[in-house]
Amino acid sequence: MIVDRLDNGAEEFQQATGWEIKLEGACKADVCVPLADGDFDLLAIAERLGMAVVSEPDLGLWALGPETLGGRALTTADASDLRLPDLDGEDFHITSLRGQKVLVVAWAPY
Amino acid sequence: MPGWQALREELHTGGFEVVDVCLEMAGPEVARPFVEAAASTHPSLIDQTHYMDARFGVTNIPQVIWIDENSTIVRPPEPASPIPVGEAALQMVQLVGRTEERERYVAMVKDWVEKGPDSRYTWSPEEVVARSEARSPATSKAAAHFELAQHLWRQEGFSPRAITHFNAAHKLQPDNITYKRQAYSALAVSRSGGDDPDGWTRFRQTPQEGENWPFVSDFNKDMVRFQPELAARLKLPGAGSS
Repeated sequence: MIVDRLDNGAEEFQQATGWEIKLEGACKADVCVPLADGDFDLLAIAERLGMAVVSEPDLGLWALGPETLGGRALTTADASDLRLPDLDGEDFHITSLRGQKVLVVAWAPY
Repeated sequence: MPGWQALREELHTGGFEVVDVCLEMAGPEVARPFVEAAASTHPSLIDQTHYMDARFGVTNIPQVIWIDENSTIVRPPEPASPIPVGEAALQMVQLVGRTEERERYVAMVKDWVEKGPDSRYTWSPEEVVARSEARSPATSKAAAHFELAQHLWRQEGFSPRAITHFNAAHKLQPDNITYKRQAYSALAVSRSGGDDPDGWTRFRQTPQEGENWPFVSDFNKDMVRFQPELAARLKLPGAGSS
């Protein structure tokens, strides 16, 4: 997630990271991490979730890495947030294939 | 890719679909010729930010994820390739490895499609999480650097600060091959004037003699480090004898 300001809202954070801010804390699928009381604080939440923050001060940019909870790439087996464009730019959501078994093949032309 | 398409055609009526995701920061037009050559009838997606790395722990290509009817992962990302289609593809596969592993993997997929959760090749959600790629603070930081590198590359090309972020990602997570080969291939295309007319320019991922190479590693060095047996078989510089 790249941001050019640190006062982003919870909605933007959820869209970029999949973590929804609820009363229980920061939640993804069935996993919730309690947060300190108070207003949405991007850097505090990133620290709570173990997300690295790298800045590019000359340009006023920050990049957040993915969470490191549990020390594994996956926090949950739920993949229902997988959403990417197809080659024509049309939005594709994995849930559109519910009812089928899906083999997701990551490849690259390099 | 034709191999996955062939498997999809064989199993589709049994409730099976393939979704391929191309990891390429330069965009969909680089992926399109490959997808069209495979005559894919399944969804083909483009991942221009290496979201698949950050979200699922993809670190190399090709890697495959099994997702069940409820959008739940039953096998996390793992290296896998299909049975090659055509004589030329078969010869290429035999050059770099054995085909038996591919046949075994395709048999595993078929077992899953037939038996669903009763297949012994599927795992519980807890096992899936536990078996997913290790993620340390360093790999999270590598992802952040790589995202900044890609962002800067789009704005400025291979500027010194873009290269600094590419190299930081490469150093922090040296076994993430997608981070490396993406950078190497984009540099090769950039140095050829932004074009890849013969389709091979992007694979020039090792410095030519006398070439100024800005990255901390290159394709040959990575092969020697991470796949020493194959590097020896291919007689790459710096590799031991096979």
